Amino acid sequence: MGTLASVLEEAGIATVALSLIRQQAETTRPPRALHCEFPLGRPLGHPGDPAFQRSVLDAAFALLDEPEGPVLVDFPEEITDDSDAPLVCTIPPADSGDVHPAEAEARGLLPAWKRSTDTYGRSTVGKVVTAEDVPGVVGLFARVAAGEPWQEVGLPGDPTKAAADVRNYYEEAALSLTEAVPGARQAESWFVGHTAAGDVIQRARVVMKEQGANFYFWYYLLPATQHHDPGDES
Amino acid sequence: MGDELIRRELADLEGYVFDEVPWTAPRPLSESRVAVVTTAGLRSEGDPDWNPGDQSFTVLSGDRDDLVLSHYSPNFDRTGWIVDPNVVLPIDRLDEMAAEGVVGSVADVHISFMGAQIDHTLETIRLDTGPAAARALLDDGVDVVLLTPV
Repeated sequence: MGTLASVLEEAGIATVALSLIRQQAETTRPPRALHCEFPLGRPLGHPGDPAFQRSVLDAAFALLDEPEGPVLVDFPEEITDDSDAPLVCTIPPADSGDVHPAEAEARGLLPAWKRSTDTYGRSTVGKVVTAEDVPGVVGLFARVAAGEPWQEVGLPGDPTKAAADVRNYYEEAALSLTEAVPGARQAESWFVGHTAAGDVIQRARVVMKEQGANFYFWYYLLPATQHHDPGDES
Repeated sequence: MGDELIRRELADLEGYVFDEVPWTAPRPLSESRVAVVTTAGLRSEGDPDWNPGDQSFTVLSGDRDDLVLSHYSPNFDRTGWIVDPNVVLPIDRLDEMAAEGVVGSVADVHISFMGAQIDHTLETIRLDTGPAAARALLDDGVDVVLLTPV
């Protein structure tokens, strides 16, 4: 983003960049940068906290008063992610019938997902499938996890996008299964570590790697910080 | 904890460095038209999804109900965006600052690129799409840009 800032600045626009990874701001040297040691994905810090967001903007725009640059200043408060504290969500009971338990679990979460979408008016599901089709995709990943060749189960396009639709569906469903706005990565840690679908995608990731899938396809199935071998308790 | 690991992994990434850092002397903020340029990989609903390596940009209207965060990387939180888009694209905050007179006006045009680019030379952004984005902003009379990453 530092490069982009310089391109805009060169065109005659004064820029102020928020930074989330300090070393990158040091390397790419945007003209004016406010480093915010906040969770990745939340450059203004706290969702639903206008006063805090305003304090970030005030600090950022104050850099316009600097006589020369590049200038890199640290915002005085830090916020860490909460990946070590997974959300605690009660997953609605599901009748698995003749489908994989993870697929049944996903079906059972559809009302929760719909409630969240009605509440917030937006969703990140829909890269390759709709929310209604997510349970079926979970069923396909369950077949990969069981050892079927990943190219042959009928995944709808790029598997990383299918996995993103599953994860985002779960994380958005979780928003209506908890009281408070979650900290960063709390829903992610719940999905990966505490749901059947998260376990299925973790196992599918390992199987795809073993099957020789392209690095991109297995590596980006889950956040890099959530990769572990499901057979390994460490 | 998760972010700490990602930050460590990305700390040494190479990036393109200008020989001389460009500098545009700003007008007073209270007289400036302000836009947001984000690298969150936002798009309007119905537009094509972002793919890795895509150095293009998309022009966003101020109406965020239509926007989808569709960055390819799974390595950051999305729930903050769902709950409150201002945590990435702070248009409500800018509108408030404009109403107070702190900011001159808020642009009609905001822009999204997608970060976590594979080509660290960013040649397309430097030579093509970056200048094109600047033109779109200048055509709207933008003086100041706030850049937000994810």
